[in-house]
Amino acid sequence: MTTEAATPKRTAKEYKSDYKPVWCPGCGDFSVLSAVTKAMAELNLPREDCAVISGIGCSSRIPAYTSVYGFHGIHGRALALATGLKVSRPDLTVIATGGDGDGFSIGGNHFIHACRRNVDMTYVVMDNEVYGMTKGQASPTTAPDWDKSKLTPQGTGVNPFNPMAVALASGANFIARGFSGDPNGAAKLIVEGIKHPGFSLIQILSPCVTFRPEQRDWKGVVRPAPVEATDDSARAARRLMSDDGFNTGVLYYGHRKVYEPKLEEKATLADLEQGFAI
Amino acid sequence: MSAESISIAFTGAGGAGVMTAGQMLLDTAAKAGYYGLMTRSSGPQIRGGEAAAFLRLAVDPVNCPDDRLDLHLAFDWMNVERFAAELPLDGNSLVICDEAAGDVPEVIAATGAKIVAVPLKDTAKSVEGGRLNMVGLGIVGGLLNLSEKAVVAVVEKALKRKGQEAVDSSIAGYKAGVELSKTVQSDLALNEAKAEDVERWNMSGNEAAGFGALRGGVRFCAAYPITPATEVLEYLAPNLDKVGGTLVQAEDELASIVQIIGGSFGGTPSITATSGPGLALMMEALGLAVSSETPVTVVNVQRGGPSTGIPTKSEQSDLNIALHGMHGDAPHIVTAANSISDCLFTTQWSVFLAERLQTASIVLTDQSLGQSRIIDDKPADLAFIAKRETVEAGVENYHRYAVTASGVSPMAIPGTPGGQYVADGLETATNGRPSSAAEDHAIQLDKRERKLMDFDYGNHWADIEGDADVAIITWGSSTAPVREAISRVEADGKKIKLISLRLLMPAQTEKFDEALKGIKKVLVIEQSHSKQFYRYLRAYYDLPKDVKLFNRPGPLAIRPGEIVEQIESWS
Repeated sequence: MTTEAATPKRTAKEYKSDYKPVWCPGCGDFSVLSAVTKAMAELNLPREDCAVISGIGCSSRIPAYTSVYGFHGIHGRALALATGLKVSRPDLTVIATGGDGDGFSIGGNHFIHACRRNVDMTYVVMDNEVYGMTKGQASPTTAPDWDKSKLTPQGTGVNPFNPMAVALASGANFIARGFSGDPNGAAKLIVEGIKHPGFSLIQILSPCVTFRPEQRDWKGVVRPAPVEATDDSARAARRLMSDDGFNTGVLYYGHRKVYEPKLEEKATLADLEQGFAI
Repeated sequence: MSAESISIAFTGAGGAGVMTAGQMLLDTAAKAGYYGLMTRSSGPQIRGGEAAAFLRLAVDPVNCPDDRLDLHLAFDWMNVERFAAELPLDGNSLVICDEAAGDVPEVIAATGAKIVAVPLKDTAKSVEGGRLNMVGLGIVGGLLNLSEKAVVAVVEKALKRKGQEAVDSSIAGYKAGVELSKTVQSDLALNEAKAEDVERWNMSGNEAAGFGALRGGVRFCAAYPITPATEVLEYLAPNLDKVGGTLVQAEDELASIVQIIGGSFGGTPSITATSGPGLALMMEALGLAVSSETPVTVVNVQRGGPSTGIPTKSEQSDLNIALHGMHGDAPHIVTAANSISDCLFTTQWSVFLAERLQTASIVLTDQSLGQSRIIDDKPADLAFIAKRETVEAGVENYHRYAVTASGVSPMAIPGTPGGQYVADGLETATNGRPSSAAEDHAIQLDKRERKLMDFDYGNHWADIEGDADVAIITWGSSTAPVREAISRVEADGKKIKLISLRLLMPAQTEKFDEALKGIKKVLVIEQSHSKQFYRYLRAYYDLPKDVKLFNRPGPLAIRPGEIVEQIESWS
């Protein structure tokens, strides 16, 4: 297909649509939208060759706020949509997006298998430890004693899901954490994730100011990880053991084989007919 | 006594090689110029369970099992009582069993069939590397006087991977079986074959569906295995690769259906195959395909339900979920293949319709079509190839969900500059922007319904045969026994019109009315306990006052003779 003629480098703004987000004022997702569009601008991606794919939830609204192709699908299935698209159209840059509930609860199985399969795409998860769109229920990453939800008035009593540990154990090829309070830093991680072959997970801590107002304090505790990124999964695993969830930066970059079937025509339908002939 | 068709069953414990023997007999008959059909039945065990291969070899094409068995070859008696209802033996049937297999079970003896015990196992042992099933095949080959050349060719093709030794011992086993057949008194004989000059194919319904998808332009499949649909996916895996497409094994059916929506969004015609439980899991995503107007096709190979039901056996009971399983108002295409070979055309046509109309299409087949093999004339190659209405590069002020005369809104494929849009499960305005406004909802609902209602489906919506004032209305796998029953009563001078629906949704009410003109009474035939097809007919069409229904659940095949009885007892 024809692409846009060699254009001067696009600005981040050109990757945004003119739609007004549904998000609450102060939502961390505004900054993540900025980070995503900054990353696209940094890579100067032709807008028609890029797709942002999501499921359902506050953060999953992000595709419509970009000016690239997008799919706002059904709850939990962003990675399945993105996998089908990327495998059949390897020429596209595919970015999956969504929240912690969408990705790790209803979409948990797809998350594990997307890490395993290692298709070349980037998954940006805006983690606010809450279901915002349904007005504040505990998500898989919520602390067990958070008792502000009517659905779990005594807290969930359930240990939180650790996305980075699961990603590492499942075979993701690139694992990083960012913070919406630092959109430039997050944009850099997204650029690295897109460039790195295989499945990249970028967890971005993105406060929900409406249902988790205490998350405004995250900016005081988030800090760059004290150690360099590693390509040694055992070392990365040890680091996760002492991780309190607020270390940002790249944790792990792997060298696993990428799932990318070659789409080459080797036979015609007439050849296949011979398989049935007596 | 020589016949136009002969029906044979092989039964035995898993590992006895029942299915291999059946397959080889069918292939040999094909080589010898015959037509034929092999259906299969098995228990749920992975290995070691009971299995039965039912063959019908014939001079002319046959599409369904006959009423009775001429020959039953039992390699052993293990669990044969579980098949008793599927083994229509009578006083004229011949049962051949092994001397060493113990007493003949009461259910078999009670049929009055002539029972002959031969030293099956001992004969197999007398041949180096000899296999029981090859001896059994030899007995049948000897009784039917099949050409040894044809058998050798089939064995060589089937076993060449295992080496010459395996081929030689199998042929030796076969020959020993032919010798053994000389000790059996039988007048079984098949009339001379006449099809040698016609190009014929040997295919299962599931393979035919897979090839139909490829002919229709499918180049992406996401797959999750499920009985009895897996062979569609196993056919597509290597063959998609050959034609420049690919198949991904997904983690579950929720993923397989959504992956193909993703593939189709990228412009690649996409398909998956499943059975009842998988179709249930796919329903939410099928609604997404309808709402976002992203074409996808699902081949649903029905089995006994609900829940896990009877996974290895056939039933026509997923009609309701295929028609009405989606939440909201979700107009889509539902088609049904009405013969093994027709799995090819109906799948190809359904891919074409999904692409042309930018919607989800569900193709219904069933275990008795999908997992049966047929020797049939090469199916015609019809020109239904995926052609999606798209927009060109540089399109300005693009509205993905624009209202058009046909109701089909041109689709931008990623990679097309200017066409960027967001596909959505949310209701949208014409420009793709999410909208909860009543007006936008009404506009899009109308458009999605109109594009299906206004489309001209041509003559393919149904197979209509014969002219009479009485009609049988049926669908899917029930069609073949109906066809055979009608041709039998025609020989007695009775005339009956056949109406077999291929397009179930959207209902073609005007064409149906036209087909029913002058019809005074109808007989409805289906394989579902809750009369799903009959209720569907009642909901969407006007039927004459005089309607008779013959329905029963799976897994017992509806046989032509039963339909003849229905016709004859029709007051």
